[in-house]
Amino acid sequence: MMPMNETDIWTLAVIFGLTVITIVTRSLFFISKSDWQLPHWAEQGLKYAPIAALAAVIVPEVVMTQGQLISTWKDARLFALAAGVGYFFWRKGLRQAVLGTIVVGMVVYLPLHIILGW
Amino acid sequence: MSQLNAITNIRNLFKHPEFRLGATHMSAVSPGLAAWGLMTGVAMVNSGMSVWEAIAMSLLVFAGSSQLAAIPLIAAGAPAWVILATSFCVNLRFVVFSAHMRPYMMHMPLFKRLFNGYLTADLSYVLFTKRFDKPASDEAGQRAQIAYFQGGTMLNWASWQTASLTGIALAHSIPTTWGLGFAGILALAGVASSLASSTLRRVSAVVAGAAAVAAFALPFKLNIVVAIAAAVALTMLMENMSSTSPAAKDKGSK
Repeated sequence: MMPMNETDIWTLAVIFGLTVITIVTRSLFFISKSDWQLPHWAEQGLKYAPIAALAAVIVPEVVMTQGQLISTWKDARLFALAAGVGYFFWRKGLRQAVLGTIVVGMVVYLPLHIILGW
Repeated sequence: MSQLNAITNIRNLFKHPEFRLGATHMSAVSPGLAAWGLMTGVAMVNSGMSVWEAIAMSLLVFAGSSQLAAIPLIAAGAPAWVILATSFCVNLRFVVFSAHMRPYMMHMPLFKRLFNGYLTADLSYVLFTKRFDKPASDEAGQRAQIAYFQGGTMLNWASWQTASLTGIALAHSIPTTWGLGFAGILALAGVASSLASSTLRRVSAVVAGAAAVAAFALPFKLNIVVAIAAAVALTMLMENMSSTSPAAKDKGSK
C-alpha cells in the first residue's frame, strides 16, 4: 500500500495564505472604489496584454528545457505546436478550431514523445 | 424574500444567452486546461502533500502556476513568507489583468468584485476581453458582460476542479512522463492564434515570446510580467508612431 502523507496545520495555513494571494492579485485594481482611472496610454496599451501574456507563457514552455534553449529539432513540443497552430489557421472559420488545436497537437505530441522519446 | 431574489437572480443568470456563450467559448479550451489541472493534482500528491492538503489547495488556491511554484517550497519546508512572496510574484500577471478588467467590474459591490476577481484565470480574462473590447455603459450591457464572464469562469472552475481532484485521486497511476500537461499549452496557443488578427497583436506576441525566453533566468517567473511590459510598451510605441507620423497620414489620405 502507498504511504499516506500526513496533514499538518502549517501547510493548511500556507494554503490559506496562498488563497488570499490569489484573491488579492486577481482583484488588486478593483478593490478600491476610489474615483480613479487608468491613464489613457495604459488603457490603450492593455489591449495588447492578453496575447502578450499567452505568448510569454507558451514560448518558454516550448523552446526551453531546464532553463536552457533546446538545441535539437527532435522535440515533440515543436511539432505539436506547429501542427496545432497550423490546424487552427487552416480551419479557423470553424466553431471549435481551438479545440482542434488541442486535439491535433496532442495527436502529434504523444507518439513522438512517448514512443520516440523526443 | 432576499433569498428568493437571489434564487431568481441566479436563474436569470443561467438563462442569459451570454452565460451560455461564455460557457461554449470556454468549453473549447477546457480539455487542455483540464489536462493541466490533472497534472497539477498529481504533482501535489507526488510532492508529499496529504490528500486533504491537496484537496484544500486545489479547491481554495485555484491558480495552477502559483500552486506549482509553491509545491516544491512547501515540500522543502521553506519559510511561509518565502512561499507567499513567490506566489505573489508568480501571480503578478493577474495584477496587470485586473487593471484591464477594472472598468468592467466597478459597477458591482466589493464582494462581487472580489468573487469575480478570484475566478479570473488566464483564459477567463483573455476570452472576456476578446469578446468585449469596451466596458458596457448601460445596465443591460453590464448584465450581459457579467453573464458571459461567469458562464466561462464557472465552467472553467468546475472542469479544472474535476480534473485536479481526479489527479489527486489517481496520482499514483497517472504517468508524469507522458507530458499530458502539454495540452494546456496547446489550449493557450489556440486562443493566442485566434487573437493574432492584427499586425500589432502579432508583434506583441513575438516580442513577448522572445522577451520571456531572454528573461527566463529571472526568479519567480518574473520573466512573464517583464515580457508583457516589453510587448505592450513596444506595440504602443509602434501604434503612436504610425498614427502621428506624416508618412502614415499621407498614406491614409491617398
